[in-house]
Amino acid sequence: MDLDFTEDEISRYSRHILLAEVGGVGQAKLRAARVLIVGAGGLGSPLALYLAAAGVGTIGLVDDDVVDLSNLQRQIAHTTDRVGQPKVRSAAAAARAINPAVAIEAHETRLDARNALNLVAGYDLVCDGCDNFATRFLVSDACVLARRTLISAAVLRFDGQLSTFKPHLGGPCYRCLHPAPPPDGMVPSCSEAGILGAVTGVMGSLQATEALKEIMGIGEGLSGRLMIWDALAARVRTIGLHRDPACPACGDQPTLRDLSAHALMDHG
Amino acid sequence: MVDISVNGEPRAIPPGHTVAALLNSLGLDPRKVAVERNEAIVVRSQYDATALDAGDQIEIVHFIGGG
Repeated sequence: MDLDFTEDEISRYSRHILLAEVGGVGQAKLRAARVLIVGAGGLGSPLALYLAAAGVGTIGLVDDDVVDLSNLQRQIAHTTDRVGQPKVRSAAAAARAINPAVAIEAHETRLDARNALNLVAGYDLVCDGCDNFATRFLVSDACVLARRTLISAAVLRFDGQLSTFKPHLGGPCYRCLHPAPPPDGMVPSCSEAGILGAVTGVMGSLQATEALKEIMGIGEGLSGRLMIWDALAARVRTIGLHRDPACPACGDQPTLRDLSAHALMDHG
Repeated sequence: MVDISVNGEPRAIPPGHTVAALLNSLGLDPRKVAVERNEAIVVRSQYDATALDAGDQIEIVHFIGGG
């Protein structure tokens, strides 16, 4: 690994390099890393900003949406004067403004059954911060097939959940927690039920922290555990989550061997 | 009856009551929740096979997917 740093890099990352767990080696691992962020919204905003600030070398952003005025209460990578712009372009501009040394790969597209595997396989680590169940299950299945670690966060109203899935290393996957998406209309979205803006900031920042830990291989990750935050009660709990031998994606006899089930959904 | 706690509230259930039966009696569709028993998620395939014991601490974890 390249451990040479410029004077600017040493200055920019000095508070990281001071940390015994990070040091020059950890900072070099961050610079060499490629992270894909799915969704440039409430979770994707703090993720993109903190990963860029931290010096993650390459950050991919995938989203097909444009910035709307109703996003700005929580999606802090976007600005009022960028309403109407593609979210990936807006978030890329915000991340580059913080750290121009970071390469931002903006994928202005919707993740679907045709492009998911290639996109996911092109990165070391995937962070899911999207806003719908169809994409969440697609991201998870693509990560299982491509053997990529997935850090998944979700929010609604005053609640946040976070876990890390690495079934290729023996841990559970997203489908071990929820085998299938809820039927349409059974679980509301943030646009239907609301979300306190700062809650997305906390969860996206926790997700960024876990991503940095995974890249550097420090501390205890969240594989096999689910962190649940109830902001109204000001209560955080971290509980066990085990691999389900009957899981359709990562179980003993997996039935999902490709993304064709998602292709049917794309066209259905 | 067997005493357990659900979301911090005491609840009495018949002996041998399973996770699936508890969700049914709470009127909760298993497709929109996960069930935490004594600080670990019960995997969905075990809902019918998991009988609850006296003193079990059950929390209903809602399925959320916003970003």
